[in-house]
Amino acid sequence: MSQSVQVVGIYVRDQDEALAFYVDKLGFRVHTDVRNGDYRWLTIQAPDQPGFQLGLYVPGPPIHDAATAQTLKAMVAKGAMPPLVLAVDDCRAAYDRLLGLGVEFTQEPTDRYGNVDAGFRDPSGNGWKMIEERR
Amino acid sequence: MSNDFTSQDPDLLRRLLRAKDRMDAAFHEDWPIKRLASVSHVSEAHFARSFAEAFGVPPHRYLLTRRIERAVALLRETDLPITDIAFQTGWRSLGTFGRVFRDITGETPSIIRKRARAEAGEPGSVPACILQAAQRPDLKMSVLEKRRRSAVDIKEAQPKEV
Repeated sequence: MSQSVQVVGIYVRDQDEALAFYVDKLGFRVHTDVRNGDYRWLTIQAPDQPGFQLGLYVPGPPIHDAATAQTLKAMVAKGAMPPLVLAVDDCRAAYDRLLGLGVEFTQEPTDRYGNVDAGFRDPSGNGWKMIEERR
Repeated sequence: MSNDFTSQDPDLLRRLLRAKDRMDAAFHEDWPIKRLASVSHVSEAHFARSFAEAFGVPPHRYLLTRRIERAVALLRETDLPITDIAFQTGWRSLGTFGRVFRDITGETPSIIRKRARAEAGEPGSVPACILQAAQRPDLKMSVLEKRRRSAVDIKEAQPKEV
């Protein structure tokens, strides 16, 4: 028996905007994009990581009532959602490239114990650390 | 406490977050309300209240937590003289730094440095940048309130260190 994580989702304020950000800027690709009425199941993948999907979901019906959706949207917008980590092989090069694409960085590349990390946010407010680990 | 903390417009919150991020990235700089308000595209009159409603502390107090957090990290991780640490973390006077540091942490910079060295251990595999956020000093009270309360404590018990 084996098990592995297949999908982890994050909340975004707008799926089209998130798709443009994660695909066109960060270089993810779409894994699944299906609609059922207003509901849209949207997942993306890093090209080098076929076993894992990152879901991009909008709080709202049919999963959430209006007040809950509003709370979740507020939490995302104020950066209160859990940390996300993107592993890269060259943090400074990735920073230069993404900065040029207009990604909103919250922290420039910084050396820490031999690793290099930078911070950015997606348009919704989700915070990412981009980490190059010492090899 | 009002319970309508989720009533703030997410677009406003996203812009307030940008001001918070900018303070995080450049906590050693001066952040007058005018500058923060312009980052958030909010009027100066509304910025401080909106920020405090969103993040639970007024913007200036938030900035102080970041400066002290960084000072504590530098005390733990480097051999920099305390004077250098004070100036690197945005204070213009060593006296003010020492006073606010004690007000917030309850201890002097040199005591924190000594204890950090005594306790020095392996931080494990938590990303250092996240660990740093987790070690952020908790600032629920205003600095002045904290000072007032500790003044009361001092009357009740002699402090062990000067």
